[in-house]
Amino acid sequence: MSTASKVRKLSMAEAISEGIGQEMARDERVFVMGEDIGKYGGIFSATTGLLDKFGPDRIMDTPISETGFMGAAIGAAAEGLRPISELMFVDFFGVCFDQIYNHLAKNTYMSGGACKFPVVITTGIGGGYNDAAQHSQCLYGLFAHVPGLKVVVPSNAYDAKGLMIQAIRDDNPVVFMYHKGIMGLSWMSYFEGSTNEVPTESYTIPFGQAKVVREGSDVTIVTLSQMVQKSLLAADKLAAEGIEAEVVDLRTLVPLDKETVLRSVAKTGRLLVADEDYLSFGVSGEISAIIAEQLNHLKLKAPVRRLAVPDVPIPFSRPLEQFAIPQVDGIAAAVRDLMKLTID
Amino acid sequence: MDPTSEQLLWMYEKMIEIREYEETMAKVYLEGKLPPKIQKGLAFDIGAGPVPGEMHLAAGQEPVAVGVCAHLRREDTVVGAHRPHHFAIAKDVDLFAMTSEMFGKANGLGKGKGGHMHLFDPAVKFSCSGIVGAGAPQACGAALAAKKLGKDWVAVSFFGEGAANQGSFHEALNLASLWKLPAIFVCEDNKYGISVEKSASTAIASNADRAAGYGMPGVLVDRNDAVAVFEAAGEAVARARRGEGPTLIEVKTDRYLGHFQGDPETYRPKNEAQHLREHDPIVVLGAQLRARGELDDGRDAALRAAISERVQAAYEHGRNSPYPAPEDALLHVFAA
Ligand SMILES: Cc1ncc(C[n+]2csc(CCOP(=O)(O)OP(=O)(O)O)c2C)c(N)n1
Ligand SMILES: [Mg+2]
Repeated sequence: MSTASKVRKLSMAEAISEGIGQEMARDERVFVMGEDIGKYGGIFSATTGLLDKFGPDRIMDTPISETGFMGAAIGAAAEGLRPISELMFVDFFGVCFDQIYNHLAKNTYMSGGACKFPVVITTGIGGGYNDAAQHSQCLYGLFAHVPGLKVVVPSNAYDAKGLMIQAIRDDNPVVFMYHKGIMGLSWMSYFEGSTNEVPTESYTIPFGQAKVVREGSDVTIVTLSQMVQKSLLAADKLAAEGIEAEVVDLRTLVPLDKETVLRSVAKTGRLLVADEDYLSFGVSGEISAIIAEQLNHLKLKAPVRRLAVPDVPIPFSRPLEQFAIPQVDGIAAAVRDLMKLTID
Repeated sequence: MDPTSEQLLWMYEKMIEIREYEETMAKVYLEGKLPPKIQKGLAFDIGAGPVPGEMHLAAGQEPVAVGVCAHLRREDTVVGAHRPHHFAIAKDVDLFAMTSEMFGKANGLGKGKGGHMHLFDPAVKFSCSGIVGAGAPQACGAALAAKKLGKDWVAVSFFGEGAANQGSFHEALNLASLWKLPAIFVCEDNKYGISVEKSASTAIASNADRAAGYGMPGVLVDRNDAVAVFEAAGEAVARARRGEGPTLIEVKTDRYLGHFQGDPETYRPKNEAQHLREHDPIVVLGAQLRARGELDDGRDAALRAAISERVQAAYEHGRNSPYPAPEDALLHVFAA
């Protein structure tokens, strides 16, 4: 890091908008489209301050016409521009998914690599504040399932800025998913670990590099997004009981850093996947499969365990939602159970 | 079609009920959400208090709900959007069960699963959704069912002017017109889709003009007035019941509160809402009723007291009812 650089604490929302702003200043081709991203600054503050800096030609409020502006991002990217398209909640993508999974994700492939689509899609994910079934999902597994989309799911401000700049510079479509409960908003409770030190200057974090955010020898918790913060709190509790958990933050799902996962599980011999997406057919299954495929040279001390939303839509009522979405205590309990298991 | 005195009084009482419901909710919603009871550093906590989550209130928009629903029967379908209380109340959704739902209680409409944007009361054929633009195609389906079943039922889709830029709205209009469905599409133009003004989101001034593109009548009600809505809706509903097909109505209405509660509203002039309140449609209809000799101070006070008692009782019911058991989260993914 150069000596001129300064480091201060930023919320994840501030880090994201700073990253976008720095890229917009560097590269005229970058612009942002989305609902309430201008005067409002983005419902989750991911574009706060950018309208004043760059004006309405580059910070474009759109009508509620998601197929329209997601499709427009594809067309503009094909012409060499670098659009960022925000759709405030991931739950809303149903209305425009064709543009994404049949076009944005596939056009490079179908053109035999002749066309490129440097689009960044940003969206808010996650529950925990009782916004119910249509405003609380994670769904990153859905995007990661479709070949051709890179998927970024940061857990803190430092990573978010570097990954955002990396996303904008990538020549491929990137879906950048920020959990609302770690954005550091003034109107939603959040996990303090997500607000951390961020350098003022621009920097990138390469995709496909998971991070061991806490070292431990007894068990590996593979996780992502807000669940990283929850897992770290659970690991603190467990440490007090003498269980040392290693926490792996995946940071990007596509590309996925299998090596770091495998290395950690080889070390601890135990794996818990802690995920806020639905349990079945998703991230937790994928990570478990990676381990299963390596069992010929990986020695486990216990079977793999998964903690995720138990295949129900996210319910509204507080006790129901707290039950459906894995919490800190649930992670700790799952690890304790895992520690009791053996393989005979 | 002129409203009868009975219809005028019904609309008046319903508007008062809706207003009291929304203004009570605005207060209840804030309980537990402000410092010092919340996480340090926060100004507000959306997930705290007895009614957590988002809350979209319809104070000011009562004329749209009552002017249309005055023509509806129990068997007619209403599909609302993310701002649903005024439609629900005007369609006679069970007020107690609806309120319990917003408190997340086991005896709520959805047993606490849905919350305020997802109210389902099949007894009066009411539903709504938090996804903008989702309702219009579903109203087409209800209207199609009425036609297939040989009934003279109609289906109404209510949505905001922002939703009229959603593809689903345009697909639904074409479908309804093509199949001559007994559907009524009612667009509430409250000038904003969250922070974005209609003039910045919509290529033409009136969505009523879009009806021509789908071969159906388009009617603009250019003032926030229950009787004016009543007249436009009366024709549309009668036409639908006669089997002559759908109508699109746009009503210019007023949003007195934020998009959601807690909205900083920095995108609109500070005193805009205050100015809007100077043309309160409840006051206007009250004056009309007085001019007709249907209302005096005594009757007004009496009916307001009765409404208030009912609304407050619904809130007490919601507040005091028990929560579902946590593991009930696992129930109802599939129909029994
Ligand atoms: C498909 C979809 N896109 C975006 C949103 C976010 N959103 C919720 S309400 C709203 C504005 C709706 O405006 P309008 O239709 O005019 O209704 P109003 O809120 O004014 O009643 C937006 C953009 C959503 N819920 N669904
Ligand atoms: Mg509106």
